[in-house]
Amino acid sequence: MMLSHCLLLASALFAVGVYGLLTRRQAVAVLLSIELMANAANLCFIAFGHFRGGATGQTFALFSLAITVAEVAIGLALVILLYRSHGDTKVDLARELRQ
Amino acid sequence: MTETIAFGIGSFVALLSAVYVVRTANLVHAALWLGVTLLATAGLYAMLGASFLAGIQVLLYVGGVMTLMLFAVMITRRHEGLVVPADSTGRTRAAIASVVLFGVLAAAIGATPGLDAPAAAELPAQATTADIGRALVGQHVLAFEVVSFLLLAAVIGAIVIARRRDQEPAAAPVAARATSASEVTP
Repeated sequence: MMLSHCLLLASALFAVGVYGLLTRRQAVAVLLSIELMANAANLCFIAFGHFRGGATGQTFALFSLAITVAEVAIGLALVILLYRSHGDTKVDLARELRQ
Repeated sequence: MTETIAFGIGSFVALLSAVYVVRTANLVHAALWLGVTLLATAGLYAMLGASFLAGIQVLLYVGGVMTLMLFAVMITRRHEGLVVPADSTGRTRAAIASVVLFGVLAAAIGATPGLDAPAAAELPAQATTADIGRALVGQHVLAFEVVSFLLLAAVIGAIVIARRRDQEPAAAPVAARATSASEVTP
């Protein structure tokens, strides 16, 4: 287990997340893909923290977790709003910003 | 050696379940597979000396975010039975794009000199949870405050966005019921 292995794994996870982001049409599934990508970024932070020493890597991973949770809260609120106004949660239904 | 095998198993499970997250046809299954990915990543965190982050990952993501996601799936679909379909489009182009992205990233990783410079035997001292706590209220205290403010703003924003708009007394519930009934009938 070396730093480059961890970074390669994180890149693969990120690429899988991008695939999901591009193919999925349900808003919740898009959010799941975004979670995958954020998770890959966190893995990078922690891998660098482990192999380079210091607490900064883990501290930044903690900040990144908090920001992802905030993003999920907003995203799910938007999903509920989309469902209420259109009766479905397909992302291509969200064409206008206000009702 | 044992560490390498454990890392291999962890990354295999994480990657496989990540592929299931983006490919499975059932939205509920996709959310559950995301939980498997997050658990496998938590195991990798623990292997990388970040046991605190591994615990946070399990509590916050697998316990909180995944439950929220499942809630969102349940309340936003009129589904019959257990299958919640998740539509997919443009698979070939998306696969090409993500493979190219992975190639670029892997090339960048391969081209970076000195990435694996300190051998496994001479790793720097690992940060303990106490170190993280000191960094949070010492060196990074401003970022810590900003993040807490951001979380507050995001939660308030989520409430404002998801709030029901029909505030008119008496007439509103009837109208809401009428529209929902007309939506269900066809």
